[in-house]
Amino acid sequence: MLQIDLWKRILIWAVVVIGLLMATPNGFYERVEARNDAVAALDLGYSGNGLEEQAALWPSWMPSSLVNLGLDLRGGAHLLAEVQVEDVYETRIKSMWPEIRDMLREERATIGTIRLQPSDPDKLVVKISKPEQIDRAASLVRGLARPVISVTAAGQNDIVVSTNGDTFTVQLSEAEKLATDERTVQQSLEIIRRRIDEVGTREPTIQRQGSDRILIQVPGIGSAAELKEIIGTTAQLTFHPVVGRGSNPEANPGPGNFLVPDMENSTDVSDSSNVYYTLESAPVVTGEELVDAQPSFDQNNTPAVSFRFNPTGARKFGQYTAENIGSPFAIVLDDEVVSAPVIQAHIPGGSGIITGRFSVEESTNLAILLRAGALPAGLEFLEERTIGPELGQDSIDAGRIACIVAFAAVLVFMVLSYGLFGIFANVALIINVGLIFGLLSMIGATLTLPGIAGIVLTIGMAVDANVLVFERIREELKTAKGPARAIELGYEKALSAILDANITTMITAVILLVMGSGPVQGFAWTLMIGIATSVFTAIFVTRLMIVTWFERRRPKTIEV
Amino acid sequence: MRLRLVPKDTKWDFFSRPTLWLGISGLLIVLALVSFFLQGLNFGIDFRGGTTIRTESTQEVVVADYRAAIQPLELGDISITEVFDPNFEDNQFVTMIRIQAQEGQEAVTGDVIRQIEAALQTVAPDISFVSVESVGPKVSGELIQTAVIAVILAIAAVLIYIWLRFEWQFALGAVAALVHDVILTIGVFSELQIRFDLAIIAALLTIVGYSLNDTVVVFDRVRENLRKYKKLDLKAVLNLSINETLSRTVMTSVTTLLALISLFVLGGDVIRGFVFAMIWGVIVGTYSSIFVASAVLLKLGVKRDWSKPSNTSGNQFANIDA
Repeated sequence: MLQIDLWKRILIWAVVVIGLLMATPNGFYERVEARNDAVAALDLGYSGNGLEEQAALWPSWMPSSLVNLGLDLRGGAHLLAEVQVEDVYETRIKSMWPEIRDMLREERATIGTIRLQPSDPDKLVVKISKPEQIDRAASLVRGLARPVISVTAAGQNDIVVSTNGDTFTVQLSEAEKLATDERTVQQSLEIIRRRIDEVGTREPTIQRQGSDRILIQVPGIGSAAELKEIIGTTAQLTFHPVVGRGSNPEANPGPGNFLVPDMENSTDVSDSSNVYYTLESAPVVTGEELVDAQPSFDQNNTPAVSFRFNPTGARKFGQYTAENIGSPFAIVLDDEVVSAPVIQAHIPGGSGIITGRFSVEESTNLAILLRAGALPAGLEFLEERTIGPELGQDSIDAGRIACIVAFAAVLVFMVLSYGLFGIFANVALIINVGLIFGLLSMIGATLTLPGIAGIVLTIGMAVDANVLVFERIREELKTAKGPARAIELGYEKALSAILDANITTMITAVILLVMGSGPVQGFAWTLMIGIATSVFTAIFVTRLMIVTWFERRRPKTIEV
Repeated sequence: MRLRLVPKDTKWDFFSRPTLWLGISGLLIVLALVSFFLQGLNFGIDFRGGTTIRTESTQEVVVADYRAAIQPLELGDISITEVFDPNFEDNQFVTMIRIQAQEGQEAVTGDVIRQIEAALQTVAPDISFVSVESVGPKVSGELIQTAVIAVILAIAAVLIYIWLRFEWQFALGAVAALVHDVILTIGVFSELQIRFDLAIIAALLTIVGYSLNDTVVVFDRVRENLRKYKKLDLKAVLNLSINETLSRTVMTSVTTLLALISLFVLGGDVIRGFVFAMIWGVIVGTYSSIFVASAVLLKLGVKRDWSKPSNTSGNQFANIDA
């Protein structure tokens, strides 16, 4: 008859207790959050400032994971950025020019003089004065090719050299482009993460989406514009030899060179006081070789940024300054010349200072950006969302009230309809909501506004499994022999309907989770968890309660 | 005394006029489609691209003044609507401003937002932007695509599942009900011009899940009764099954509606559209599981040469139930 093994009973109650324990921290959200922050700070080696007291706000033996609140509930900024992977092709190919030039110059006797032709930015077109030797030149350049470093493109070279009359063209190979794209996105992801960590906010989400997109969500930040200022600047720092200086924005820099405006130029292009520098495209050193950057002040006490190179960078920088004393070189940040000082002396130590016309804030920001490293490519923002904290709080409050009212309405309605069995279902419903929160905290899922709606919906639908069973028991009472048999049959026969109904809903929830984004995924999570817990509570918890009650009372008749 | 929404042992005939019910549903679908093609949906920025700004101020909103203030910025098509909600305080005035996607720009720049803020401050000095959302045309196009794919995938997955668990006639009946619900929901959104955004897609899929839930419960009983009463004709079996499950159908719909209505009234204006879609879906879903899914099943007929219950249709999934 109505038998449930002891071990099963213990297991069921154990699951319930553990689930509810996992949910409790959410009842004391601010307290536990303050405590978790304090513990994290203590782990990092900070102390004082009442951190110890805060850490003691919540007993350490209790679970302390909380449900993450989504941006729409907590407020913050959301950005979807696309990495402009093509930017890197240009840098890569440009940086090859000095190497090709030097090699071919040594072969001048056979191939004649060489000249770089104007071309698309992602290729080098070179003309030689002895066209009959073009194949020789091309094969020499091919000798510079390196194998692509990637798993899928083993055995392929990074550059493709093609010839046409007296010119040859050097381009990145498709395999190399793919490998570069992958590296660029990974690197951007890492750098964005470092920059956001430098600012120090709680639980930012930085995720890759698709092949070349990055999703950034930072709770608690004032606006998406603020976030963009931190991550949107590439902070590409390079040092170039200066070829010339002028005021014509249309000036032809000549092959192998490029024209860069001065940072102080006014936005009006026709302004004749604007300064444009002609620089060699291949940099002497780049920001990638920086190991440290700090905000500081120069000898005139204006804000500046001091920096230090790593050994390779220091060697290159030292050598260049030793050879070019007296000539100017330009410090370029994101395609603008910050300053173009004349080299006064050999700088051997690999450290230096950038004096621009910075404010203190700007120099601090620049130092952060340089320290975190330059983004390898530009970012285009496809999606920006800012949600104010007040709006989020309003939504939480409204959601909470709606949850409580929905809960109360369903509880009353169930008792009115099913009496004692309704009470069992209600206890199960309360356990159910507890379990949802417990599971959400355990897997670190994010609760969003549609997610709250999902919970409310679950409150309504969770009773469904119980209703199915109760209705079935009612029917069986009419025909079956005795209440025990009716209860047993009720559960048995309702099971297939319960499973089918919930599996189909689960299928749609999974599709939502896979195809959806942001808030919609939050909704899918709560829906999936809600389905799992409501089936569990209906076919195990409620049943166990009914069986326990039945064993104690042994009623001759029951009314459902 | 128990509260009973449905009298004990109902013997209502749901199929006395099958053509009438299918006719009504068909007419509603046609109306929905006409509205959809004539008016179109009021797509939110998720699907259309552009920017929405939610403003808040303690001063009464005059939409015309707001519009006049922003007009000089030449941002193209602008829509300004005032938002009302019982949860707002007396001096809380909220508007939603929507700006079309700007040419050549994926997302709106911080400068533009600052200009708009400055312009509006001349009308309402204490105005603040509680949320600013901007979606580029590139992403919104993709979002539409994924949304459509998601809905189609969900329907297809369900079709396959029910086919495996029941018979193909059941699967077609259930899917007819689903498509009916989805079309009617889209129809309501286009007729009432409620903003249609990503969250509504989530609601649509939930409706798919819910409607199915109902249909499956009825079908489950139909399958059981088909085996139990071998002599009864299909119409009688359907009627019997619907009557037997009617009490449950109504109970579940009512509890779900109770929860949803409290969310609709108290949950704030941000998710009101979403909740509205779900309420509508629950009502339509309950209706369709009886009058569409079962009616289609009746029209299609079911082959009933089951010699033994354990040998339903020879597929391995038909008997995993307990």
